[in-house]
Amino acid sequence: MPDLFLATEDWQAIALTARLAAVTLLILFVIGVPLAWWLARTHSRLGSLVSALVAVPLVLPPTVLGFYLLVLLGPQGPVGRLTESLGIGLLPFTFPGLVVASTLFSLPFVVQPLQASFAAVSERMLEVAATLRAGPFDTFWHVVLPLSRPGLLSAAVLGFAHTLGEFGVVLMIGGNIPGRTQVLSIAIYNRVEAFEYAHAHLLAGSLLVFSFIALLALQFINRAVSTTPAMLRGGA
Amino acid sequence: MRRFLCCLTALLMIPSAPADDVLVAVAANFTAPMKEIAVSFERATGHRARLALGSTGKLYAQIRNGAPFEVLLAADADTPEMLERLGLAVPNTRRTYAIGRLALWSPDPERVDPSGRVLVAPDLERLALANPKLAPYGRAAEQTLKALGLWETLKPRLVIAESIAQSYQFVASGNVPTGFVALSQVMRGGRLLSGSAWHVPAYLHAPLTQDLVLLRPGADSAAAAALVKFMVSPEARRVIDDYGYRVPP
Repeated sequence: MPDLFLATEDWQAIALTARLAAVTLLILFVIGVPLAWWLARTHSRLGSLVSALVAVPLVLPPTVLGFYLLVLLGPQGPVGRLTESLGIGLLPFTFPGLVVASTLFSLPFVVQPLQASFAAVSERMLEVAATLRAGPFDTFWHVVLPLSRPGLLSAAVLGFAHTLGEFGVVLMIGGNIPGRTQVLSIAIYNRVEAFEYAHAHLLAGSLLVFSFIALLALQFINRAVSTTPAMLRGGA
Repeated sequence: MRRFLCCLTALLMIPSAPADDVLVAVAANFTAPMKEIAVSFERATGHRARLALGSTGKLYAQIRNGAPFEVLLAADADTPEMLERLGLAVPNTRRTYAIGRLALWSPDPERVDPSGRVLVAPDLERLALANPKLAPYGRAAEQTLKALGLWETLKPRLVIAESIAQSYQFVASGNVPTGFVALSQVMRGGRLLSGSAWHVPAYLHAPLTQDLVLLRPGADSAAAAALVKFMVSPEARRVIDDYGYRVPP
């Protein structure tokens, strides 16, 4: 008789997954917003190079990306040696390691929609703001960001959802350790490998409901915010 | 900004593990029996075994790159040996804990006869097996067909799966009527879960030995040593046998 209640291990996995997606999304925005803005405005060759680099996780199979990260961040890898000499220790098989990996592989999902919506903000709008004596930061905060809200929202949705459902990279870099790096997608895999299909369905269902509620909440937030016309909120 | 950093730090904090836990890397095919063994292990010794699953190849890559696993239950004998050679495992701690058994299986209770004559039946359209180059069970299936002198005849009808898990899925989902699977995938408590099967005799292929080894991070752990010992106890051997593996003599 399969036991149809979530075990401690499952709750741990759910909490871990929520924490991972939240932290990753936060970091993705801190990095992604300035990066996307620069990519949307730059004409240098370096821009194309960085654009291509950011898109690499879209092309590489997740396990391959995970493997490269494992080698790079491991005790013999250059980044691993650096983190060890800095006293941070090694990142693979730890929660911070998962955050680093998730940030990298979700980066294109955040940067690309942001870049597209930043690029759609016309130069003219920025010039008008400048003639009204808005500084660059002021313009960005009060003109560009409100105008790019759809892009911000899809970046948030894609970044969050992609982190939530990722499997290959986190299995490789995290090592499937209960309570530490065992996220929901991996917990489902474990149940399937153990022939506990009813339990696997239950977890998969939880993931579905959880993602759906998160995405729905984002839609509601967007709806609530968009009732205030963007241009009126600008303080320039 | 400071509040943001505080939140971030709090979110990054990791609960630490109790001292008498042992972190065991388990080859995915051994998940189900190992979960059962872990329960009796805790009851018998008070130590808790936490299981990290993955394919043997993936676990190997992780151990080479600093994974904190204390014991490895591999799906082969080569990986533990390689880890010992690399100095990542404690010398002289390797031992065989299970020997895999190959089965020719079909979900149809009428299809496979107990002596495998279905292999020469003219209506055998397709036959699934794991890739002999990637999976030990695939290699064993190839050796079996060669030993029976059927490899060349059946070659055009083979459906090659990426792993033994996929071979099982091909057959269980009815996409391929018959296929080579691990007996542990279709047997529980000494009985076939469903369908019909031919238990391939061990002399038809090289042994599917599964070895365990004590890894460096577990070198001084009492819990890790206890688990290695427990894996060959009568209690563990009974579970391993139940799940369709042969136990080492």
